[in-house]
Amino acid sequence: MQIIESQKSYDVIIVGSGAGGGMATKVLADAGLKVAVVEAGPFFDPADEKTRTQLKWPYESPRRGAGTQRDFGEFDMAYGGWEIEGEPYNQIGDSKFDWFRSIMLGGRTNHWGRISLRFGPKDFKGKDKDGLGDNWPIGYEDVKPYYDKVDKLIGVFGSNEKRENDPDGFFLPAPKPRLHELYYIKGAKKSNVDVIPSRLSILTKRINNERGVCFYCRQCNRSCSVYADFSSGSCLIFPAQKNGGQVDLYVNSMVSEVTIDDNGKATGVNYINKEDRKQYSLKAKVVILAASACSSARILLNSKSEKFPNGLGNSSGLIGKYLHDSTGTDRMFFIPEMMHRKRYNEDGVGGLHVYSPWWLDNKKLDFPRGYHIEVWGGMGMPGYSTGFNPNYLNKYLGEKVGGYGNGLREDVKKFYGSVMGVSGRGESIAMKDNYCEIDPTTVDEWGIPVLRFNYHWTDHERKQARHMHDTFEEICHNMGGIVLGDKPTKEQDYGLLNPGRIIHEVGTTRMGSDPKTSVVNEFEQLHDVKNVFVVDAGPFVSQADKNPTWTILALAWRTSDYIIEELKKQNL
Amino acid sequence: MDRRESFKTMLLGSLGAGLALQSCVENTPPEVVEEAIWKYTYGRTPKEQEFDEKLLCEEFFEEDELQQIETLANLILPPTEAGSIADANVVPFIEFMAKDVPEFQTKIKGGLVWLDIYCNAKYQLTFRSCTEEQQKQVLDMIAWPDPEAKEHPHEVAFFSLMRNLVLTGYFTSEVGIKELGYKGNTPNNWDGVPQDVLDDHGLSYDPEWLAKCVDPNTRGEIAQWDEEGNLIS
Repeated sequence: MQIIESQKSYDVIIVGSGAGGGMATKVLADAGLKVAVVEAGPFFDPADEKTRTQLKWPYESPRRGAGTQRDFGEFDMAYGGWEIEGEPYNQIGDSKFDWFRSIMLGGRTNHWGRISLRFGPKDFKGKDKDGLGDNWPIGYEDVKPYYDKVDKLIGVFGSNEKRENDPDGFFLPAPKPRLHELYYIKGAKKSNVDVIPSRLSILTKRINNERGVCFYCRQCNRSCSVYADFSSGSCLIFPAQKNGGQVDLYVNSMVSEVTIDDNGKATGVNYINKEDRKQYSLKAKVVILAASACSSARILLNSKSEKFPNGLGNSSGLIGKYLHDSTGTDRMFFIPEMMHRKRYNEDGVGGLHVYSPWWLDNKKLDFPRGYHIEVWGGMGMPGYSTGFNPNYLNKYLGEKVGGYGNGLREDVKKFYGSVMGVSGRGESIAMKDNYCEIDPTTVDEWGIPVLRFNYHWTDHERKQARHMHDTFEEICHNMGGIVLGDKPTKEQDYGLLNPGRIIHEVGTTRMGSDPKTSVVNEFEQLHDVKNVFVVDAGPFVSQADKNPTWTILALAWRTSDYIIEELKKQNL
Repeated sequence: MDRRESFKTMLLGSLGAGLALQSCVENTPPEVVEEAIWKYTYGRTPKEQEFDEKLLCEEFFEEDELQQIETLANLILPPTEAGSIADANVVPFIEFMAKDVPEFQTKIKGGLVWLDIYCNAKYQLTFRSCTEEQQKQVLDMIAWPDPEAKEHPHEVAFFSLMRNLVLTGYFTSEVGIKELGYKGNTPNNWDGVPQDVLDDHGLSYDPEWLAKCVDPNTRGEIAQWDEEGNLIS
């Protein structure tokens, strides 16, 4: 197939338009650079009426919101899912890594939980704490100025709590807790589990005249049409364009490889246009990968040449290695005191109003690293599955389960809003043996070799999950609640979800000072190729018990500043 | 372009010259198909919309099966002043889900046949021609699953599936949501749990916590902070 070369050339090509790609676009376009954003999925604007699902009712859909088309329900704003037709991935042996992709402008930022946590000082130096994994080559003090700037640019609500490892920031005011959250606070405090206002990138207060303020519909996962939550398109890419930035969007354009010249310097990318299935090439001075940790690793590993036979930037052999996701396990509680609730609108923001940051000292525990607890529940909008097993909870009240007739109406109304849940989300240890690599036996429908995964949890994570369930049960008991379902056993890995399930996969192009033991330097620049950068979660040395997005954004900004300086010095 | 024409263009545009669609448009009165498709206007990708149109055009149940589902649904949730199976469009919903979730297909079809075979053996009648009393005698046998059991007999599992679909179909409909009393999905200003609810539950807000919360009166003002990160607007 002949490669069609674009006549245009750019200062920077950015592959992917999620959190990292969006931030790089904003900072570099604002600095006057000519930017091409190459996105594998379609254009998406949360304000577009044609694609809007926000404020739609379940009966506006023939399947009432069921998740048969989109994994998190058909109103969820992620085009993609755990499995994507025509774009497979494989496993090695009995590995079970689940890979979630959202292939659209803005990527996963269109539907995510908006939980926006800074890493703390200890999170950058995990090895100092317990000898496991590696330290980052940078510390909190290097990233803090960027976290501050991200807070102010994008907006995040929360509260300054003066906690050592959950740093303060520039927060918007928090929404008041809902009823089940007040129950949770009471139960958690009895067990000395800390609870503080959650930290979500949702505008509870105006931050500029371009974006709206949250009107409390609890549907951030549908992407906000007034831009009151953070999505990469609405908060970074469109503002960069409106600011007069030279930003060309190439959508439905799937990058297959980074191209290089005879000196081993990157010259641009090749991509497949999904509409005409032809291959194109784009040229630029700098290439930034932001396709997601695994997709960026895939592009680098597929960029083979005589000079780089193992893939671009892979002299260490570490691209794809040290893949790690957050640990996670969940439990549901039935709170009998919350039966027969008075009705009122308690939608609130799209997610939790309170959470428990990690509160313990590992020296007294049989596992390393911590976890936080997320809380969910309330009188939410009915959707597909509302009314399933309508009176199952009767068994805890000594009443009969099952039947038919109008008593079922009363059962559904009686129990509405009386079940809540908690989710533990923790830090796993990055392991060289957990990795993704190119599967030479399989290509996707665009002819590009796909990834295969090898990932196994260790006892570190299993013991952490066991501790989560012990904690959940104690808190539930304190709340006067009944824990639903049996406690997961050792054979069930204590309920630990498959790796990948928490959708915090990081670590595949790890950062470090030594080119032998890392892929990028502290500015997310490939050790081997000076004009290629990775600004998604690939460079994370460790994951922390925090969600990765705020750190992706802060580091992408820091890297973009570095790129601007290096271009000025003509070093790239 | 009138609505009918634009509908056809949209349909043909998205499906090309698909055989399924052509037969669908030919065999179903156009106003029926038009209504079915225009009703659903939330954002979908072209591929999703194409898939939904295909499902909406397919017929999975025979007419008498649909009537049997309707009878069963009305026994599970008899009409009240608040709303009925018909008001909530439960039967079309179940029909759609049977096409959308292939695992349901044999379970539902088989269960419906089993009901008739059972009623025929016991009363020499089809399920629908039984008296309501006879129908309820059958349901009494299959409507009470053992909550501790890991496995259920097929007829009990069938009824549980139908009950789930009927209940979720009802409570996700306009009348069902109204009856449930859900108040949201509308622009709103969350300002905490109402005082009477707090009182009922013996709970209150901690003043220290409230000091960190949104002031509904100033949330439209642009946020400003001092150097320490304290909000000053």
